[in-house]
Amino acid sequence: MAQSRQGTQESPTYSAMELMICAASRLLDDGAIVGVGTGAPCAAAMLAQKTHAPRLFIIFEAGGLAPRLPSMPISVGDSRTVAEALMATSMGDVFESCQRGIVDYAFLGGAQIDCYGNLNSTCIGAFERPRVRFPGSGGANDFASLCWRTMVLTLHDRRRFVEKLDFLTTPGYLTGPGAREAAGLPAGSGPYRVITDLAVLGFHETSKRMQILSLHPGVTAATVQEHTGFELAEAAEITMTERPSAEQLRILREEVDPHRYFLGR
Amino acid sequence: MKVLSSGKGKLFMDPDPEAARQFFRAKRGAMDDKVMSVQEAVARFVHDGDYFASGGFGANRISTAVLHEILRQGKQNLTFAGHTSTHDFQILAAGNRNGRKLLARVDCAYVIGLEARGLSPQGRRVMESGEIEVCEWTNYALACRLRAAAAGIPFVPARNMLGTDTYEYSAAKEIECPFTGRKLMALPALYPDVSVVHVHESDCYGNCRIRGIAVADLDLARASKRLIVTTERLVSNREIRHSPEATVIPSFCVDAVCEVPFGSYPGNMPGEYFSDEEHLREWLEVEKDEHRYQQFLDRHIYGVRDFQGYLESCGGLPRMLELRAIELFSRKKGG
Repeated sequence: MAQSRQGTQESPTYSAMELMICAASRLLDDGAIVGVGTGAPCAAAMLAQKTHAPRLFIIFEAGGLAPRLPSMPISVGDSRTVAEALMATSMGDVFESCQRGIVDYAFLGGAQIDCYGNLNSTCIGAFERPRVRFPGSGGANDFASLCWRTMVLTLHDRRRFVEKLDFLTTPGYLTGPGAREAAGLPAGSGPYRVITDLAVLGFHETSKRMQILSLHPGVTAATVQEHTGFELAEAAEITMTERPSAEQLRILREEVDPHRYFLGR
Repeated sequence: MKVLSSGKGKLFMDPDPEAARQFFRAKRGAMDDKVMSVQEAVARFVHDGDYFASGGFGANRISTAVLHEILRQGKQNLTFAGHTSTHDFQILAAGNRNGRKLLARVDCAYVIGLEARGLSPQGRRVMESGEIEVCEWTNYALACRLRAAAAGIPFVPARNMLGTDTYEYSAAKEIECPFTGRKLMALPALYPDVSVVHVHESDCYGNCRIRGIAVADLDLARASKRLIVTTERLVSNREIRHSPEATVIPSFCVDAVCEVPFGSYPGNMPGEYFSDEEHLREWLEVEKDEHRYQQFLDRHIYGVRDFQGYLESCGGLPRMLELRAIELFSRKKGG
C-alpha cells in the first residue's frame, strides 16, 4: 500500500485507504441505490451519505434496506444493517430488485481482477484441489450480473491485477465487447469503476479494457502499469484524483469508523 | 424449452416435485405439540447422509445449539447448503477431523469466510483437502433453489451466473426462454432432508415469528422435508392466534420445537443480543493450532452436556446481558 502523504494546511495527511474510500464515496450520486458489503465499500457509502449524498439508498444483500447506519456493520446481515431502516426483507427480494433493474451500483472486492473487470473470489490453483480456497461468490456474482454499474475497491498489485484469473467467479465484461449480452446478462450493465490505492480506473468505451481515469497525487501512469499484470488500454485524458477534504477525513475518522476497525489496517 | 448447456457440478438432491409432494403428503402433525430437547430433535431428525441446511445468515440468527449437537452426536456424511455460511460452516467443519467426516458434500455460495472477521483456517483445510465434493452457486442462486422447492416447481429461472466459472462448476443449466428466446439460468429446486431455523418466538406447534431480515428462511422452512425450529421463547398458541399476520412459518412445516434462549450465541440475534466478537476471534485464532483447537472444542462443545453448558463456558448470563446491552443500547463497541 502507498505511504501516507505529507500533510499541509490545504491538504491534510491521509492514508491510502482513506484516499480510496473518499474517491469511491465521490462516485455515489445523491438519490442513487447502492448495494454494499462490509468494510471499505460500506465506509464509502456511509461517507457519501454524510456528505454530498444524504438521500443515498444503501441496500445489504441479506435484506436490510436503507438503514441509518450507527456504525460499520461486521456482517452484511447483522442488526446494524437494519438500524432505523426502511425495511427488513429477504435475500431474494434484494437480488430480484437488482434483476428488475432498479439498483444503480454495487460495490465489490475480490482476490483477482482481469482487464475486463472479471473477478475471482473462489480459488487459486485448480478448482478440485485449490492451493487457496476463498469463500466463493456469495452475492458478488448476483450483484455484478444484475445491477447497472459495478464498482470494485481493491489494492493495486500484480498479484491482484492478473492477465488470467484462476477462476471467473463474478462477471465483468467477460471476454470483451458484447460478451455480457451474448451470455444473456442484462443489456447495458457491467463494471464501471475500479478504485485502488494508486488510481481510479474505468473501462474503454469500445474495447471494454481497463484504463486509467485519474491518478492519485504523486502516482504516475507508469507506476500504475508496473503494478498491473495486463496491458492497460490507452487513456485519452488522465486527471488527478481529488485529495480527501478535511471535512471528509473528519467524518470518516470520527463518525464512520471511530474505532478504526477498517482505517487502522 | 431448449437446454443450451449444463454446468459440470453434481446435483446432490433430486429436484423432482412429484417425489416431494409424496413426502409432504405423508407428513403429519400440523397441530401436534412438538416441544422437545435439542438432543432429541437432532437424534430423531438428523440422520447420517442427510442433506442439511442451516437458516439465518452466517453468524446472524443461527441455531448454534443444533449445530453443536450435530457435532456432539457425531453425525457423518452430510451434504450442506452454504449461502453465506460463516460461523455455522465453521462449527460443522470441526467435525472433519481425526479421520471423521461430518461434511461430505457442499453446495457452496459462501463458506470459510466470516465476512469482515477473516477466513477460518479449519474451513480452508476442509475445503482445500479435496475430501469433500463441492458444487458452486451464488447466494441468490441458492435462494432461488429454495424458492423453487417452496413453490413446488422443479426450477426457477434467473439472470445470474451466466458466462462465468461459477456456472461451469455448478449443476445449473443454461436454457432458452420460451417467450423471449433469451438465455437464462435454470436453478433446480432444493429440498433439504432436514433444516434448522432459529426464530424469536414459536408456539408449541411450531408457528413462528421472526424479527429483522428473513434472509432465505421462509422458503427454507417450506422447502425442507423435516424442520427443526429453535426459539428464543415459547409463546402461547393464543398469542399466535391474536396476531396471525406476524406468523412467518406455519406449524405444518415443523417437526420439532426447541426452546433455546440465547440460541444464536455467539451470533447476533436481532433485537435480542449482539454477536460475541471476542469469542468469534478466539475461535478463529485457536484453529491455527491443532492442540489449542482440540482443547477449545473440548471446553466448549465436547466437554459440555448441552447448549446451556456452552453458554456457561462462555461467561453465562452476565456475558449474555453485556451482549444484550450492545444490541439494544450500543453500550460498548461491538467489535
